[in-house]
Amino acid sequence: MPVDILMPALSPTMEEGTLSKWIKNEGDTVKSGDVIAEIETDKATMEVEAVDEGVIGKILIPAGSEGVKVNSIIAVLLQDGESADALSAPKAAEKQEAASPKVEEAEKPTAQGSASAPVPAAPKAEVAADPDIPAGTEMVSMTVREALRDAMAEEMRRDGDVFIMGEEVAEYQGAYKITQGLLQEFGDKRVIDTPITEHGFAGIGVGAAMSGLKPIVEFMTFNFAMQAIDHIVNSAAKTLYMSGGQMGAPIVFRGPSGAAARVGAQHSQCYAAWYSQIPGLKVVMPYTAADAKGLLKAAIRDPNPVVFLENEILYGHSFEVPKLDDLVLPIGKARIHRRGKDATLVSFGIGMTYAIKAVAELEKEGIDVELIDLRTIRPMDLPTIIESVKKTGRLVTVEEGFPQSSVGDFIANRVHREAFDYLDAPVVTIAGKDVPMPYAANLEKLALPNVGEVVEAVKAVCYK
Amino acid sequence: MAPRKTASTSSRKAAAKPARNDSIGSNSLVFTREEELHAYREMLLIRRFEEKAGQLYGMGVIGGFCHLYIGQEAVVVGMQMAQKDGDQVITSYRDHGHMIALGMSARGVMSELTGRRGGLSKGKGGSMHMFSKEKGFYGGHGIVGGQVSLGTGLAFANKYRGNDQVSVTYFGDGAANQGQVYESFNMAALWKLPVVYIIENNRYAMGTSTARSTAQSNFAKRGEGFGIPGVQVDGMDVRAVKAAADEAIAHCRAGKGPYILEMLTYRYRGHSMSDPAKYRSKDEVQKMRSEHDPLEQVKARLLEQGWASEDDLKQIDKDVRDIVADSAEFAQADPEPDVSELYTDILL
Repeated sequence: MPVDILMPALSPTMEEGTLSKWIKNEGDTVKSGDVIAEIETDKATMEVEAVDEGVIGKILIPAGSEGVKVNSIIAVLLQDGESADALSAPKAAEKQEAASPKVEEAEKPTAQGSASAPVPAAPKAEVAADPDIPAGTEMVSMTVREALRDAMAEEMRRDGDVFIMGEEVAEYQGAYKITQGLLQEFGDKRVIDTPITEHGFAGIGVGAAMSGLKPIVEFMTFNFAMQAIDHIVNSAAKTLYMSGGQMGAPIVFRGPSGAAARVGAQHSQCYAAWYSQIPGLKVVMPYTAADAKGLLKAAIRDPNPVVFLENEILYGHSFEVPKLDDLVLPIGKARIHRRGKDATLVSFGIGMTYAIKAVAELEKEGIDVELIDLRTIRPMDLPTIIESVKKTGRLVTVEEGFPQSSVGDFIANRVHREAFDYLDAPVVTIAGKDVPMPYAANLEKLALPNVGEVVEAVKAVCYK
Repeated sequence: MAPRKTASTSSRKAAAKPARNDSIGSNSLVFTREEELHAYREMLLIRRFEEKAGQLYGMGVIGGFCHLYIGQEAVVVGMQMAQKDGDQVITSYRDHGHMIALGMSARGVMSELTGRRGGLSKGKGGSMHMFSKEKGFYGGHGIVGGQVSLGTGLAFANKYRGNDQVSVTYFGDGAANQGQVYESFNMAALWKLPVVYIIENNRYAMGTSTARSTAQSNFAKRGEGFGIPGVQVDGMDVRAVKAAADEAIAHCRAGKGPYILEMLTYRYRGHSMSDPAKYRSKDEVQKMRSEHDPLEQVKARLLEQGWASEDDLKQIDKDVRDIVADSAEFAQADPEPDVSELYTDILL
């Protein structure tokens, strides 16, 4: 039997990739371990090695094909004595479909595999215009990853005191490719690979900031920043106060926070609630690429320490981003993602993906939801939430982090205190489950919030 | 282990230069009259200041934690004599002496200790947390070892800016067991950062002696694995400190990377005001005071050389006491911070 060679998954979040080059051609003999092709994911270019021995009978996906789905057949390997003529034509034709060019959407979620789909596909929700972006601005489609890189590059061009340090940010081009090209443009003085030493390099970053430089410290994930949290909290956040206003730390700590896909308990925690507790910090957690760009630029310019929480799954999502020379958005201001009148839904970061889908389903059932994207966790734009609740009388919050002392709990408390008379139902907070993140696909899915929960919660506060 | 009169070289790099020993020995450590008088006055100011702080603590005027520097004065004064304007200093919570040596105002330090509005941090920092942009003092840090990474960051900024300034980063024998110290050593050596690490080995990490807490109690060797030169210095002799500091700072300024100075010193008081120091004998303390006191050493030399009379020294003591008394009066008369200060200086 001929052996199918499948498009491999080369990272926890990879769904598709570009088959950039065939190293072996039809008719070539391969042994296990031979490099047969090169595949480009959104993170890296990887070599594909043969697992079985045989002769390449048929190449089904030509070099240069984009959007090749993981597990689709890219070639067929003939075993001893088999002939390429034996391959059935329909099979090959069917597989060609996988190579069709990818469709650009306004908000393109990573299409998850059926079993491990914490984030179902987002329908296009009605998106309210951001009042901070001039009406009529030309928009370009861009991934969150590109938006973050452009934000850093623009700020580094603008200010020689801005530099980036972290693990694999330079030569490797970023563990998640966020710093791609920065080393080439700015050199190794300003794009600095550190050893694996979070506590130490976070402290060095804060020390450099205390002397007036403007470091961007990248954590490969905020899970690793647990080793550095002393410097984020004790050194960066408190110095301005402890010095009676004499010196602070203009620094950005950034990197992915929260669950990716199947990476287990120690790589999946969301830190929004943790850092949101600390006076002296600003905490930003964008959802769209436009917010990622505009808020990262604002964070780099901010004279205070900013914790900038990204999300690995969102890195590959594309959004419309305003084409402006200098897109800087205000930290501390929520964005009304969709206007509605029946209930208020508040979320941030990847929590927005559940919220947007829930809003679309609720719309079908005649419930008109106002969806607020917090964007900044601290200082929190409570007035926008409270104004909305005064209008709708109902509030649900959505986040992926742990439930106890969550961001939603804080919002619920403040809304109960400041808008109690306007509430027609108790606030419902939706968060991740109160368990360490499991690895098994089904359990991981259960541990995260889901769209159904959000839909049910909104219906419950509407008594429907 | 008593502080040695002669510092020993302990890294291979330093040992390769035999002249090193001599330069720290007493032969080449002759201070001029002005240097001796300067060192004496500065050390005396720190001692009298700390004595007064201890007294005010006992009266309940100073609250919280209060860690006194008495006994260790030669370290900061000797280092300071080797520094130049623009160099940065950062240390732990035992920071009053460092600030006085840097010329920060006694009134400002003392009223910070009493938590008053005229304090260097407007009363919001306290004994452990004071800063001065003007004098290049970056705190005042309460998390043991935290200042080591921060001080390395100050050195990083110097290198980034291409200036010839040096970060003078102090920590104790206790902090020397923290992991981030070695993370910092690694990066400082890797990137050749201009930082002098000063390990003030006063023999006790709070109440735990170095013998009970460290497998390698020669702290000068702690950088060997990273190729950082290090020497042990008699931290009770201000001349030895100055000589070692000259060499270490010159090394850093020349772009050769970090340097470790282990200062063999001793604190006469407990770890903090609330520590009765029962973990060591009274004899041990007495022996240090009578045989190695940094002030008495200078005083004896001044008299022996005929560079100062008893009356001259009394006059210095009176001048210093006046400064300290003034700071104490100011720090008690100064009002507490305005309540509006509660919510200022959180964000810029």
